[in-house]
Amino acid sequence: MATANTRALDRRELCRAVLADRGDMLVVAGLGAPAWDITAVGDCPENLPLWGGMGAAAMIGLGLSIAQPRRTVLVITGDGEMLMGLGSLATIAVKRPPNLAILVQDNEHYGETGMQETATRYGVDLVAIARGAGFARTMLVTSADQVAPLREAIHAGAGPLFAVAKVDAASLPLVLPPRDGAYLQARMREAVLGPEAHHQL
Amino acid sequence: MQAEQLDKAPDDAATWPDQIYDLLKSHGIRQVALVPDAGHSRLIRRCLADDSMQVVTLTTEEEGIAMLLGAWLGGDKGVLLMQSSGVGNCINMLSLGILHRTPMPMIVTMRGDFGEFNPAQVPMGSATQTVLEAMGTIVRRADRPEDVAPTVNATIRMAFNTFRPTATLIGQRVLGAKTFGKD
Repeated sequence: MATANTRALDRRELCRAVLADRGDMLVVAGLGAPAWDITAVGDCPENLPLWGGMGAAAMIGLGLSIAQPRRTVLVITGDGEMLMGLGSLATIAVKRPPNLAILVQDNEHYGETGMQETATRYGVDLVAIARGAGFARTMLVTSADQVAPLREAIHAGAGPLFAVAKVDAASLPLVLPPRDGAYLQARMREAVLGPEAHHQL
Repeated sequence: MQAEQLDKAPDDAATWPDQIYDLLKSHGIRQVALVPDAGHSRLIRRCLADDSMQVVTLTTEEEGIAMLLGAWLGGDKGVLLMQSSGVGNCINMLSLGILHRTPMPMIVTMRGDFGEFNPAQVPMGSATQTVLEAMGTIVRRADRPEDVAPTVNATIRMAFNTFRPTATLIGQRVLGAKTFGKD
């Protein structure tokens, strides 16, 4: 059995490194810790932290990446959330959006509900599943020296990327984003489309 | 018995599938998410042949709800095509459209609704409208071919004008009741 703790990264340090100098990158974060993580790094209109829709994050990323092909779209989510949307890996691999990257922060636990173990704790290999679905670019990040190459790969925009980073299962202080979903949507649309966003017909 | 007798495609003479395609064009729909249904087969072919549309075949319908949110975040208008059984797969995901106030038009071909052959289609077919409405979706039915286009038009308008999930249910009767040679 893989032991996460011997090689685990700090999830917020990872987020901070990946999002450094992010340019006009758009970020969708799965519900729970990934949403708190991107908010801890710095809340902004180009972030969509999710409060629900478990299993949706990657597909939100697909719709956004198709709509905005010139921007990098990064989905940051957890292993539990990704496991609930495994089918979307097939859907995305077939569609092959060049500007979409998915980063799973894998702590091998359901962090918001009492730290129950997920399937990845028992060896389910998300990278192998993504590769099997047809992702040509995949990464498994288990050490700090792999974080810079991960960041480069996310920003490269050379075809859909699927990466898993093994992160520490420690619960960090909550840093909550705004809870009003209409606001979160409207601010990202305005950041992308300008004031016209509110007059689209 | 041929497979197409179980899940009926529109007759060649039917004009409503092409009318739906024309509506998608006139409303500027750019992303089409779908799980196939025989009732949508001609519409799907028209969309696939259109280079200005991005057609995404889903593994499960709930992916389409998430995709519509992503599309709208980036300024694209999208639509979800599915069969009534797929509505059941979307239940929790529809909360995204309410929470974020996202336009989410759905065009649903009904099974288990009128002259159904397959018993497995009846439970979800009977619950389709109830389930959608329970999750805050505005639902309108079209049970005659001439009602399909105006109803789909209203569904798309209501979604993008009032920022919410909306659905047209195309009754099984529109596709023709199947008799399996017993008439």
